[in-house]
Formats: sequence, C-alpha cells, structure tokens
Amino acid sequence: MSILVIAEHNNAAVNAATLVNVAAAQAIGGDIDVLIAGEGCAEVGAEAANIAGVSKVVVADNALYGHQLAENIADLVIELSAGYTHIIGATTASGKNYMPRIAALLDVAQISDICGVISEDTFERPIYAGNAIATVQSSDSIKVLTVRGTAFDGVAAEGGSATVENIDIAKDAGLSTWVREDIVKLERPELTAASVIISGGRGMQNGENFALLESVADKLGAAIGASRAAVDAGFVPNDMQVGQTGKIVAPDLYIAVGISGAIQHLAGMKDSKTIVAINKDEDAPIFQVADYGLVADLFKAVPEFDALLD
Amino acid sequence: MKVLVTAKRVVDYNVSIRVLSDNSGVDLNNVKMSVNPFDEIAIEEAVRLKEAGKVEEVIVVSIGTSACGEQIRTALALGADRGILVETEEDMQPLAIAKVFKALIEKEQPKMVILGKQAIDGDNGQTGQMVAALSGLAQATFASEVVVNDDDTATVTREVDGGLEVISVKLPAIITTDLRLNEPRYASLPNIMKAKKKPVDTYSPEDLGVDVTPRVKTLKVTPPAERAAGIIVETVEELVDKLKNEAKVIS
Repeated sequence: MSILVIAEHNNAAVNAATLVNVAAAQAIGGDIDVLIAGEGCAEVGAEAANIAGVSKVVVADNALYGHQLAENIADLVIELSAGYTHIIGATTASGKNYMPRIAALLDVAQISDICGVISEDTFERPIYAGNAIATVQSSDSIKVLTVRGTAFDGVAAEGGSATVENIDIAKDAGLSTWVREDIVKLERPELTAASVIISGGRGMQNGENFALLESVADKLGAAIGASRAAVDAGFVPNDMQVGQTGKIVAPDLYIAVGISGAIQHLAGMKDSKTIVAINKDEDAPIFQVADYGLVADLFKAVPEFDALLD
Repeated sequence: MKVLVTAKRVVDYNVSIRVLSDNSGVDLNNVKMSVNPFDEIAIEEAVRLKEAGKVEEVIVVSIGTSACGEQIRTALALGADRGILVETEEDMQPLAIAKVFKALIEKEQPKMVILGKQAIDGDNGQTGQMVAALSGLAQATFASEVVVNDDDTATVTREVDGGLEVISVKLPAIITTDLRLNEPRYASLPNIMKAKKKPVDTYSPEDLGVDVTPRVKTLKVTPPAERAAGIIVETVEELVDKLKNEAKVIS
C-alpha cells in the first residue's frame, strides 16, 4: 500500500493535524508520502522530512497553492495521485474543503472524519454528531479519507529522514481567487482548539451575565461557549454555539453553566474528558453526562468558583 | 438568475436517535423528520437574494423516497418557487447525490447552487464540494456572507479555523452554508397554503442518466462508548478540590 498524506501547514510550520494524519496512515500501514502544497513553504518541507515514519516529502511551492484554494489543490493532488491506494487529509476547514473535491475528481467516495482504522478498506466514523459510530467499508480502488483530529495520537515530529522532492506543477483552475483573511487574534482560545471551555445556557438569563463566565475563562485560559437556547434567546452570537448544529468540541474540561442539556447540545460536547455541570434543576439531563455535578444557583456558585481559582 | 437549493430529509435535530439492536443502523420508525438545518440556511439565503432582486427563481431539490416531498413543501412555504424531487429507494451517498446535481445543473443552468455544509445525519460534509468538482465549477464552502456582484462573480466570506477568509468565485458557483450566514425564518400559514399550489417535478436517477450505486457499505452501527456515571458534589469548594486533585484538569 502507498499512502499520500496532505499536510496541514501555514507556510511556516506543519500543523499538529499533519502528525495525526500520519498516525492514521501508520494504522493502515504501507509507504507514507507527505505533500506540502503552499507558497514559500520550502522550510515546511524540510521540517516534514523529520516526521517519524515518512518515506518521501513532496513539495509544491507556488503562489497558486499559498491559500489552499480547493480548486487548485485538488487539481494538483489529481496530478500526483497515480499509484496511491489512500489519500488522507485532516478534518479541518481546509481539509474539509478540498478533500471531497479530490474524491469526486477521482470518481471515488470519501470517508469523512474517521476515528478508527479496522483494515485497509474498513474504517469507523461518527454519525449523528457522534451519537452513533458507523463501521464502513469502501469498495473504491483509492480510499480518500479525512481524519478526526482527536481520534489518533500524532506521531513524533522528529526522528524521521524522508527524502524531499520538489515538483513543478502549477495549474491555475482560474475559478476562484483569495481576497483577504481576518484571522482573529483572540484573547481566548478558539472553541474547537481550547483545552478548557466554559459554556452558558438559558439559565444565564441575559447576555450581560456572560461576564460572570469571562472572569473564570480568563483564569483557566478557557474559551467561552453557549447552548443553542442561549443563542436563540439572543444572549450571545451564533458562533459561540456548541452542539450538533454548532461547534463539536472535546476539551479536557467542559463546564456547563445553566445548561439543561438538550440532546443537540450534548451531541456537541459529550466527548469532553471531564464535564462539570452547574444547574439549579437537579433533574436537568446535563447531570447524566457530567463527571461532577453541582446543584446550585449559578449566580452564587460561579462567583464563588471564580474566587477559589485565585 | 436561477438558484438551486437543497432540502435533505433528516431526523429532526431535537430527536435523540437510537441505534437498532441488530446494529444495522439507526431507528427511523415514527421519528420526526425535518429539513436539514444547514439546508434551511441555504433556502433562506436564496430567498433573501430573491427578495433583494438578485435572483429570479429559487428551485428546491430533495433526493430520496417520496416522503422527501414534505421537505420540498417546507422549502416552498419558506419562499422557494418550485421543487424537484429525485425519487429513489437507493441509499444515496454524497458522490451519487453530486452526480444527480451535475445532471440537474446541466438541465436547469443555475448561476448558483446553495447547499448545507453538511447534513446532521451522515455528517459527511462532502456533497457541495463534489458537485463543484464534477461540474467543473468554483466552490465556496462554509459561507457566512455571500455578496453577488454585477460582473458574474460572488464575494464569499468563509468560516475557517481561527477566523474568516474572503474569496471571490466565478459564477456559476457552488456555495455551502455555515451557521452564521443567516437566521432562517418560520413559514407563515398563508405561505404554507400557497406552497401547496407551487409546481414540483419528479424524476428518477435513471431519468437523469445517473448511476447511484453506493460505493461504501455500512457493516454495522453501534452506540458510542457510555460515559461512566459521575458524582454530585455538595459545595463549590468540593468541586474545585475534585477538579484539582482527582480529575487534575485545573492547577
């Protein structure tokens, strides 16, 4: 078997998702090549050559690939695809963008967001926001896969000695152009990247009261989330929503404050390592998934919790 | 210009799904079905573009059994002008759905196809990108703002990891919706009544010359690992102590 891993990087360094993708490739077994497509990314290629378990790094360094436009990345991968049995990308904004395009151009199915490898053609993946796990088998000659970032431990970034091959393919599909980006320098971590999240629900009563959570979040280095009920009530914007129709998160610590635990919220956070629930209703469903439950008025308990963190 | 939008029939987001005891799938008997929430956003966006005078006709497409007619009627009540039901009993996977769309694009010649970024049943997140690939069109996925320009392009703001990205795409283009694009309206009673009179065409995949044979076989479906039962703490002090010394998640 021969596997092509498409690296996630920012033209300066490889992203941790790349190491996770290589780990998934190792679980399948076979030769592993890594593609670095980007602009001014020669150093990323050299860095990727050190990743444990990689045979060859292919570097496509061209302005066409600098912003990972799906049309151009997909055309490039199709050019390189001959001979590979598996093509692997990450379940990230860019991987989710170009991987299905690659699969369709190859006339094969994609298996999205795999969380387990059973054999070279059989994989486990979450469906219904993780409320069920499907074991699926592909009948296609090339398996196109995206890998759930939290499902595999990344391989070591050092210890490998892959060869580096520079390729000179530069084909502009001419369909889209990058205009600008607005990558927020958040004072707090992104919800999907945070190791601690504190979320508020309808029990917060209004948007101003979310300030109670901010102080705790600052002390724990946490991101702030919300339930759909809190978003629907207009307390906070939609991009804070954790749940089946919002962001799916799995931090080390998830603190649910004034959240009853509707199914659609649980679907978005129940893979968190430790879950804390603070709610005055002892029958709230959130307590069924919580490791630590505190039946209390959040307006008393949260300031007390905050004070104890000093 | 014409816009195609999607209305996938899925288990309602408020329903707690149950895995069948023979592990063959998820129990869909007597379960409330709705339009995929991300498709609702797609329908809303197309209707708003029509209200803004940028679009003349909004055509809603649903693919599946005859029951998908319900989701088409919902979309028509929300403001779509006519419907297309591609009726099949086959397990429709993203690649096959994308092939159906390719055929419909050739037939209808829309300037834009707006789809949900993913459906909340299979969570594949593939269809829009596959439609774009097969039709040789630009794609703008995870859109949080769509501006249609006068020069046959659209400027789309995309939700990416860590922020937003703005790209310009040539029309016709494929757009997939993210949560922040808009907040879908509710259908009014008069509009629900009016929707009953709007036209819906029905085709089979064969009519469209599309091979929809599944490429991926589901061997089994199992419930996820259960969480071990937790404990109720009595005080905030006890909670902080547990988090520091037992779970070791705060220092």
